[in-house]
Amino acid sequence: MEDNDLTKEFLIESTENLGRLDQEMVQLEQRPKDATLLASIFRIIHTLKGTCGFLGFSTIEGITHHAETILGQVRTGERELTPALVSLVLESVDAVKAELGAIENTQKESGLLYEELVHRLEKAAIISGVEESAVAVHVAPEPEAASEKQPAAKGLDPDATAAKGSSVTDSTIRVDVGLLDKLMNLVGELVLARNQVLQFTSRLEDASLNATSQRLNLITSELQEGVMKTRMQPIGVVWNKLPRVVRDLSSVCGKHINLEMDGAETELDKTIIEAIKDPLTHIVRNACDHGIEGSDARIQAGKTPAGRLALRAFHEGGNVNIEIADDGNGVDTQRVRAKALQLGLIREDQAERMSERELANLVFLPGFSTAKEVTSISGRGVGMDVVKTNIEKIGGTVDLVSRRGAGTTIRIKIPLTLAIIPGLVVSVKQERFVIPQTSLLELVRLEGEESRRQIEWVGEAPLYRRRGNLLPLAFLDRVLQLDDGSGVAPDVLNIVVLQAEDRQFGLVVDRVNDTQEIVVKPLGKQMKGLNCYAGATIMGDGHVALILDVMGVAQRSGVLAEGRGSGRNEDKAATEPLLESRNSMLLFRAGEFDRLAVPLSLVARLEEIPRERLEHAAGRPVVQYRGQLLPLVGLADQLGGCSQQNTELPVQVIVFADGDNRIGMMVDEIVDIVEDDIVIRRASNRSGILGSAVIGNQVTDVLDLQSVIRSADTGWFEKAQDERLLRILVAENSAFTRSLLRSSLEMGGYSVSEARDADEAMAKLAAHRFDLVIAALDLPNEGAAKILDAASRRPELARIPILAMESMQQADSGCGMIPAGFSAALSRFDREGMLRSIEKLAKSIDAEEVSMAAFSRNAQGEPYHSRKEN
Amino acid sequence: MTPQESGVDLNRQFATFFMKDLFFGIEVQKVQEVLRAQEMTRVPLAPGVLRGLINLRGQIVAAIDMRERLALPKRTSEQEPMNMIVRAEDGAVSLLVDEIGDVIHVSAASYEPVPETMAGNLKQLVAGVYKLDGRLLLVLDTERTLQLQHAH
Repeated sequence: MEDNDLTKEFLIESTENLGRLDQEMVQLEQRPKDATLLASIFRIIHTLKGTCGFLGFSTIEGITHHAETILGQVRTGERELTPALVSLVLESVDAVKAELGAIENTQKESGLLYEELVHRLEKAAIISGVEESAVAVHVAPEPEAASEKQPAAKGLDPDATAAKGSSVTDSTIRVDVGLLDKLMNLVGELVLARNQVLQFTSRLEDASLNATSQRLNLITSELQEGVMKTRMQPIGVVWNKLPRVVRDLSSVCGKHINLEMDGAETELDKTIIEAIKDPLTHIVRNACDHGIEGSDARIQAGKTPAGRLALRAFHEGGNVNIEIADDGNGVDTQRVRAKALQLGLIREDQAERMSERELANLVFLPGFSTAKEVTSISGRGVGMDVVKTNIEKIGGTVDLVSRRGAGTTIRIKIPLTLAIIPGLVVSVKQERFVIPQTSLLELVRLEGEESRRQIEWVGEAPLYRRRGNLLPLAFLDRVLQLDDGSGVAPDVLNIVVLQAEDRQFGLVVDRVNDTQEIVVKPLGKQMKGLNCYAGATIMGDGHVALILDVMGVAQRSGVLAEGRGSGRNEDKAATEPLLESRNSMLLFRAGEFDRLAVPLSLVARLEEIPRERLEHAAGRPVVQYRGQLLPLVGLADQLGGCSQQNTELPVQVIVFADGDNRIGMMVDEIVDIVEDDIVIRRASNRSGILGSAVIGNQVTDVLDLQSVIRSADTGWFEKAQDERLLRILVAENSAFTRSLLRSSLEMGGYSVSEARDADEAMAKLAAHRFDLVIAALDLPNEGAAKILDAASRRPELARIPILAMESMQQADSGCGMIPAGFSAALSRFDREGMLRSIEKLAKSIDAEEVSMAAFSRNAQGEPYHSRKEN
Repeated sequence: MTPQESGVDLNRQFATFFMKDLFFGIEVQKVQEVLRAQEMTRVPLAPGVLRGLINLRGQIVAAIDMRERLALPKRTSEQEPMNMIVRAEDGAVSLLVDEIGDVIHVSAASYEPVPETMAGNLKQLVAGVYKLDGRLLLVLDTERTLQLQHAH
């Protein structure tokens, strides 16, 4: 028994030491003259040898003995430390590790003799002129066992250096992880008991009891913090082995890579450290293998011959951030795209509209690998998706940013600890649930009449208008099928706004109770299939409450559109809801068109109006709406058909608004809201229809709102045009964004012309007069810059303000910088902001000039915008 | 110990319980404890067999309704079930049973394999039968009992 304990102790210590040895050997290779480093390595090997001799592990003793000899020679200056020698020593370390593994499993050595290795070690230990070849060339093992031979070793006194080691062993003790886990559990229980006590005392009015429970409260919190700290380990524990990994990889690939590490002291919970070990190694391997180029390629690209791989870790807002950055070739997005298409991971039309960043993030899709050849290091098609899953499993996120030719940065964000988390307690139908606070964005409370008015229903999908953006809602009672059928709309509506991955949604609950520190307990395997729950906890009153898995709830409720495999919109940093960027479309039915769509961003409200409220003014249908007359357009009539709606039912009206200017469109039925990637496949020559697109896997006609409203002749545009008629040229590559912009701008009363690329834009600028140009920054071939450049050289164009429209990536990053040379920067999906910016610029343009232009244009009778361009 | 051995086998001890008129036994080593009806938190969306979660001194334990599991008629509201906490591979699980019986020793000689004629659900969950005086003891296969199919 004692022997066993001794062996265990030896294993723990040796494994620790060997981990350090790996790292120090690599450092030594870079600083061969570092005497302290050498001494430390020597000491580790020596200790190992000594202990193994004592415990009777002769194989390890033999190997370490030879390694020690070689290191001794280096130490006394008898020989130089060459990479080949380092490799040899590291190889010995590996052999020792393998043996230690065997001892751990079987209590004895494996019985392998490592003759070949020992032989090479022996040869290397003999200093001669040709030592290098002896080391580098693999020599066939000699038949006789080599263990008997004892090459001449210098008698060194390693103890002398051992004493000087900057060790912290005196002030630390080793504690079994099992014990720590137990402590953690007990503290968890204590936290729960404390919560319970606090709840009871709050009901009793006893001063001394109150004081005592407050003290208990404080002490428990401190204890909890303390115990959590004992489980904290510096991330360096994982990083330690990376220098060795990088060194081995770079020698295999024939590259030169410098590894930089910053923030190795950043502490993380042990369970998390365990969980990120493999993903981190994988990312580093990937960076070495695929990211960083060989020296020749680097020199050609004008970089330093040695690649740089930088690891950075730091705390930020309750999270730990880990960055792995290389200065390699970056992700070849075109190849990623081709590969993803080839593997059928994305569709052609999806790929077309993906930004560089989105394309780069495709590497996280399961089964993805771009390596041209499968190497032994990486590229077997498993990996990055596993990295992503593993990180997400512990509640973290991964993001990849890459610049072609300049390098790749992978950012991992993970919570500090998993055991005790702050949670928001909510209740619905007498049941309590806990929502992890990390997913919580805000709480919205709607009361009385307001609550009914602000929730808009589109078919089955409820929406809430939150600061101008539509937030999809999920009712928790319905999601969890707790609906007791009472069906009474509550007077108060509590919306918990949550972040599920990159999307936001509102969860409607009956009551929001309070926030609490909760101890996460896993659910048994009986509940494995239920992805709505992340675990359970025990509340202050001793009852069990389930912890909601926000992602699971979102998926179940369907607030996130299906088919999220495209890896779009990965950026969590974006504070804007990204809903719009995925092109939410409102689907409805009118006349003979069963499936019509209009971008949701253009829709102001959806109304149900009883037929008896319909009136007629000047021969047109109108309805009194919020103290005004809302002109109505029968869509079926406009599209040349007749409404097929049951005349008993109330009229379904989609309200479009521009400031105070409103118009209602009568449709037969609102079908759904779909978030999808939309490409107009076939332009239509039918008036009122922009074209057909596949939305939600069905062919859908996209309504040409502008032309419908124009042909309905409601006076919408006249009003707008009289006041301000500015001609805007939109240069944008995506047909969809162009038509979206056109709709937005034309609704705002501007005349719009479109250009697909810089050349077309230049041609149009030359042929017509424009007051303003909007150029997408991600126009192909640096198109935006080209336009800017050309405009600055032509005096007649110099007066035209040119607005930069952020590319997809920038829209994500949300930076508000105006790029040099442009008059303003616009966000792609912020319609209001865009109109505001344009209006501001419009005011600065000479009003007289504008009205003159309007006059001359009206005289010509032909507007500058031409309709069917796409 | 094989059931074929004769005489009273002291190691063969069963914690027993009643379900309607059926008499069940679980090997006593597998039973951790027996508790009165506990406050339970129900788990929405879980299969009906999974009655809820109970707090067993800080441990969260799933409760499986044996009435449901054995496809027996539901308990009336005044019938409070008892908790028989059994040890499973990944922690304890509670079986909600009608009534708790004694711990009994059985003789291996009285063992019989599951009768072919036993009804479907019951047959799957019963590992064997002991013939006692005047009644049969059905040995519950706890592993199978704890394997739930998921509707979701």
